[in-house]
Amino acid sequence: MSQNPSSSGSANVGIESVLGLQTQSPLQRLFGAQSFWVTIALGLMCAVMSYLQPESFATSENFYNITRNFSFIGIMALGMTVVIATGGIDLSVGSIMGLTAVSCGLVLNAGYPWWAAVLVGLFAGFSAGLINGLIIAYVGLSPFVTTLGMLSIARSVAVVLSGNRMLYQFGPGGPTFKHFGGGAWRIAAGFELSFPLLFLVALTLLLAVIYKMTAWGRYVLAIGGNEQAALLTGVPVKLVKVQVYVVSGLAAAFAAILNVGWSGSAINALGSSYELLAISAAVIGGANLMGGEASAYGAFIGAALIFTIRNALLMQGVDSNWQGTFVGAFLIAAVYLGKIRGARRE
Amino acid sequence: MAVLELRSVSKYFGAIHALTEVDLKLEEGEVLGLMGDNGAGKSTLVRVIAGNYPPTHGEVLLGGEPVHFSKPAESRAKGIEVVYQDLALCNNLSAAANVFLGREIKRGFGPFRWLDHVAMARRAGELFTELKSETRPRDLVRQMSGGQRQAVAIARTRLSRARMVLMDEPTAAISVRQVAEVLDLIKRLRDSGMSILLISHRMPDVFAVCDRVAVLRRGTKVADKDIKQSSPEEVTGLITGAISAA
Ligand SMILES: Nc1ncnc2c1ncn2[C@@H]1O[C@H](COP(=O)(O)OP(=O)(O)OP(=O)(O)O)[C@@H](O)[C@H]1O
Ligand SMILES: [Mg+2]
Repeated sequence: MSQNPSSSGSANVGIESVLGLQTQSPLQRLFGAQSFWVTIALGLMCAVMSYLQPESFATSENFYNITRNFSFIGIMALGMTVVIATGGIDLSVGSIMGLTAVSCGLVLNAGYPWWAAVLVGLFAGFSAGLINGLIIAYVGLSPFVTTLGMLSIARSVAVVLSGNRMLYQFGPGGPTFKHFGGGAWRIAAGFELSFPLLFLVALTLLLAVIYKMTAWGRYVLAIGGNEQAALLTGVPVKLVKVQVYVVSGLAAAFAAILNVGWSGSAINALGSSYELLAISAAVIGGANLMGGEASAYGAFIGAALIFTIRNALLMQGVDSNWQGTFVGAFLIAAVYLGKIRGARRE
Repeated sequence: MAVLELRSVSKYFGAIHALTEVDLKLEEGEVLGLMGDNGAGKSTLVRVIAGNYPPTHGEVLLGGEPVHFSKPAESRAKGIEVVYQDLALCNNLSAAANVFLGREIKRGFGPFRWLDHVAMARRAGELFTELKSETRPRDLVRQMSGGQRQAVAIARTRLSRARMVLMDEPTAAISVRQVAEVLDLIKRLRDSGMSILLISHRMPDVFAVCDRVAVLRRGTKVADKDIKQSSPEEVTGLITGAISAA
């Protein structure tokens, strides 16, 4: 009976030997992660741009702007990874942003305090996500169709509620509300980090811990890996499915709250086509649309890459209409890379 | 009193009669072999007992009490563990994660409870060693051989002290050496008072460990007898229909 020496079954197996059971070394795992290569690509791009445009690219203002701009999409992409991890998709996040923006704008406009606007905004995202989740989990419609419907519904409700006006006369709650999205943390003279970036970093860490350390994070990945197996082993599949769409809706609502605070106005068109950016960010960061694979850091770095590409093209004087081409090409390349890695693993 | 009893259980999938009025008893500390051709209804029987889907007609009783499970978690809570034919594994998770899926070991306080990866890897390692399997707890199931995957599915049933284990072809994909280990395990479980339903196409396995053998043919039970009063030849005849009933 040949026995693997490393899998000693004695009760006092230390952590070293447990970790020693890994087939892949930490380095191998790092090289196997798509987010690692995206980070390298981002680093290279920044290095090249700093060389080409030292005056405009490598400045603290530009850093501030890029990081703030990608934070809104990054926060949405975090919620999106959770949905994608279960094998689903949420196309409604852009419209949920519009609905949230209008809800917040109306509440502030009516003279209510900032926290009422935040609560109503989050409630809008929660409700839309809950409806998505209930239909997908309990009625059994496909995520694509359900959230496509919500994309249309949430946007239309936003337009109706706003009376097709821009809302910018925020009452007494306005200044505090605007501070969340527009404020910054001054690290040193001339170097600041925007609040949206700080929120994104905090949420990325939180989600990373959830994936790694909680049963819920594991259930999300299990459902995407083999839904039938998850069901048979006692994972509350339907409940978790509802929860992931609620998380996605809340993430989109939170991004909208920050965005309205930053821009100082609420329009019903906020977030149009952002769902594509959020999905792209998650996928570029290594989320697998077939489910079972997703990471919080991937959403972060995917969003960072997309917005750095945009910024770099702008600075190089490339017609802004080409941005979509570059982002799209990167997206397809990322999926292709993921496919090669997947094929090598099987 | 029988640990498990099926009374006139039928299961229809539309026009397909997967099970027709099956009566079956499983006594305490007994190993019952269930045999039958492909499509005879063996897996359907397991899934009805486990609460995957309700029977169309008939009753399932545990210790004499009728039960109506609406999901597998409920039957597991009553001490029924199952090794599914397709193993029910998540390829994207580690062996340990699969073993503990749905009943993770957690640490923490109040609402803050996080996974105890070390404890789960250690326990899974012990179970694999007990099964004499060279399965490493932290390996991804995706990268595993058929035998290692089977070990993961079997290890799962050892987490709690179950009353009975239903094994749907647990020896289908494994080597001769590991088949011996699984049969050994079945004997040990029986000696500790557990009841086992073993589904297998392998005649020697059934005759090596089972106390009783039942045969399903096209959804109907055609035999149910003490294994000592039967023979591989007779069971083969019952499976194929050469012998109509025994
Ligand atoms: N979910 C289902 N829907 C429709 N028909 C089904 C379903 N599950 C099983 N069947 C049918 O029921 C019959 C019995 O299938 P079952 O899987 O129980 O056979 P089995 O005895 O386990 O066969 P095998 O030895 O090949 O595993 C088959 O005709 C099968 O096609
Ligand atoms: Mg079967």
